[in-house]
Amino acid sequence: MLEVEVAGIKMRNPVMLASGICDLTKESMEKFSSAGAIVTKSVGIEKRAGYKNPVFCETECGILNAIGLSNPGVDEYIKEINEIKIENLIASIFGKDESEFYKVAKKISPYVKAIEMNMSCPHAKKVGMEYPSDEINSAVENVKKTGKPVFVKLGMENILRRAENAIEGGADAIVAINSVKAMKICIDFAEPILGNKIGGYSGKGIKPIGVRCVYEISQNFDLPVIGVGGIMNAEDVIEYMMAGANAVQIGSLIYYEEKPFAKICKNLEEWLDKNGYSSINDIVGIALKK
Amino acid sequence: MDAEPGQFIMVWIPGIDEVPMSLSYIGEKIAITVEKVGEATEAMHDMIEGDRIGVRGPYGNGFKIFGEKALFVAGGTGIAPLMPLIRKYEGEKLAVIGARTKDLLIFKDELEKITKLYISTDDGSHGYKGFATDLAEKIFEKEEFDIVYTCGPEIMMKKVLDLCLENGIKMQASLERYMKCGVGICDSCAINGYHVCKDGPVFDDSILAKIDDFGKWKRNEAGKKVRI
Ligand SMILES: Cc1cc2nc3c(=O)[nH]c(=O)nc-3n(C[C@H](O)[C@H](O)[C@H](O)COP(=O)(O)OP(=O)(O)OC[C@H]3O[C@@H](n4cnc5c(N)ncnc54)[C@H](O)[C@@H]3O)c2cc1C
Ligand SMILES: Cc1cc2nc3c(=O)[nH]c(=O)nc-3n(C[C@H](O)[C@H](O)[C@H](O)COP(=O)(O)O)c2cc1C
Repeated sequence: MLEVEVAGIKMRNPVMLASGICDLTKESMEKFSSAGAIVTKSVGIEKRAGYKNPVFCETECGILNAIGLSNPGVDEYIKEINEIKIENLIASIFGKDESEFYKVAKKISPYVKAIEMNMSCPHAKKVGMEYPSDEINSAVENVKKTGKPVFVKLGMENILRRAENAIEGGADAIVAINSVKAMKICIDFAEPILGNKIGGYSGKGIKPIGVRCVYEISQNFDLPVIGVGGIMNAEDVIEYMMAGANAVQIGSLIYYEEKPFAKICKNLEEWLDKNGYSSINDIVGIALKK
Repeated sequence: MDAEPGQFIMVWIPGIDEVPMSLSYIGEKIAITVEKVGEATEAMHDMIEGDRIGVRGPYGNGFKIFGEKALFVAGGTGIAPLMPLIRKYEGEKLAVIGARTKDLLIFKDELEKITKLYISTDDGSHGYKGFATDLAEKIFEKEEFDIVYTCGPEIMMKKVLDLCLENGIKMQASLERYMKCGVGICDSCAINGYHVCKDGPVFDDSILAKIDDFGKWKRNEAGKKVRI
């Protein structure tokens, strides 16, 4: 009932773990045995320590983070995942140009089912959302040479234009959205809280933005879309899928609920049953037609 | 702030850093005990009364009270998170505190009053000359107790774990790993699938015996495994 296929990858359910949440280390990822797929922490060519603390703070309708793409670098990371017991592991990668993207993708591709190109981190300048739109095309083309399906992860800014570039480069799916560029100031100190001052907003508050992005991409292009942003329960998954998502990813929810996957899947099945659907694929994009 | 012995807070020194610190006093007076080791802790040492810090927490799982007789083994500042537990523990209490040298022994006067106290210094400037674990081993030979609580250098805690496993005695230890978010999502403080910030910092012998990296490997800020 919940089986889906995205760019040739068969998943027993459409609920994936989003990049950057409990997915830096092998055993942490292995603990999410009920997820349809796991996306790794974004990995680059060289190690990055990330930004200074505080890298996290809570806010009214979600959380802010500015981890800063900390990762041990692709060579070290391969040692982390080469014996991992996960059926659908997807590598999230970032780079400052097409050659860096290609190098990382080539090294990591033998160990994963697909590559997710992170071109949307809201606080990482050129290795993030400032990756030039007109260079997305060739970067994707390069990563496609690995032979693995390529997902391109975008943020809310300028999303249709950037999606179009990704599709021209041969993207197999679009992942939308990354966290939203944001900040919080501590009024007692009159100072931004995050070490990097600016970070990414995720969780409940960004769901309407994510749903809109997925809806618009689905309306304009014909390729699989993976919806991310503020999913807190099965109803949110259904909303994203009705907007056109073929699968979804969950990030911030892990902060509130350590192991949400099995429960969400059970609730999805119940909802589908109650509403007369035999497969979750039957609800994909149904809100687009209205 | 309502907290359990062994829980920690994230302390923000604006413009400098945010670091994890265990609570050394809980209740009416809440306090941390800070050893100067780098930029953030030096900034805290330079503070004067009235200076402000930001605090979030308390976070993590603290110590669980067990049995009627306990041995506490602490190395250096490791005594800090054990203090609220020692004050709360109602049974018989034995404590070993170890430090590099006499001047670094902390909470000594209070511990002399509320525990049967053993002291070791690496340089022999006070008490037994050697490691806290050597002293603990001697105590194991002549005393019986229900549980051992420990905090300090990981090599020391690993020795205490091995000693407890050999003797079939329960134990709990408070671990340290590089912490960023402090709330169990960034995976920075992960150790074999457990998050020190959320599942710990206190773990018991049954879990520690399964954590292969305990006493051997930690991760740096970038997530790379490095030798302890
Ligand atoms: C759960 C927990 C409880 C702790 N309780 C105490 C305590 O009660 N008293 C005390 O003096 N110290 C405690 N520490 C250690 C304390 O957090 C570090 O000494 C402090 O972060 C050092 O910061 P710095 O800028 O002064 O030093 P730096 O020069 O930045 O680093 C010195 C060393 O401190 C460690 N460190 C730095 N930043 C962090 C971080 N974000 N998370 C973990 N380790 C870090 C590094 O391993 C490094 O080797 C605790 C650590 C943890 C994880
Ligand atoms: C702590 C944290 C770290 C993140 N790190 C990454 C990352 O490395 N790469 C990436 O593509 N997205 C990263 N994200 C963004 C998430 O994958 C996701 O797109 C975003 O949080 C929105 O989904 P959510 O509301 O379900 O969290 C991170 C998010 C959080 C909260």
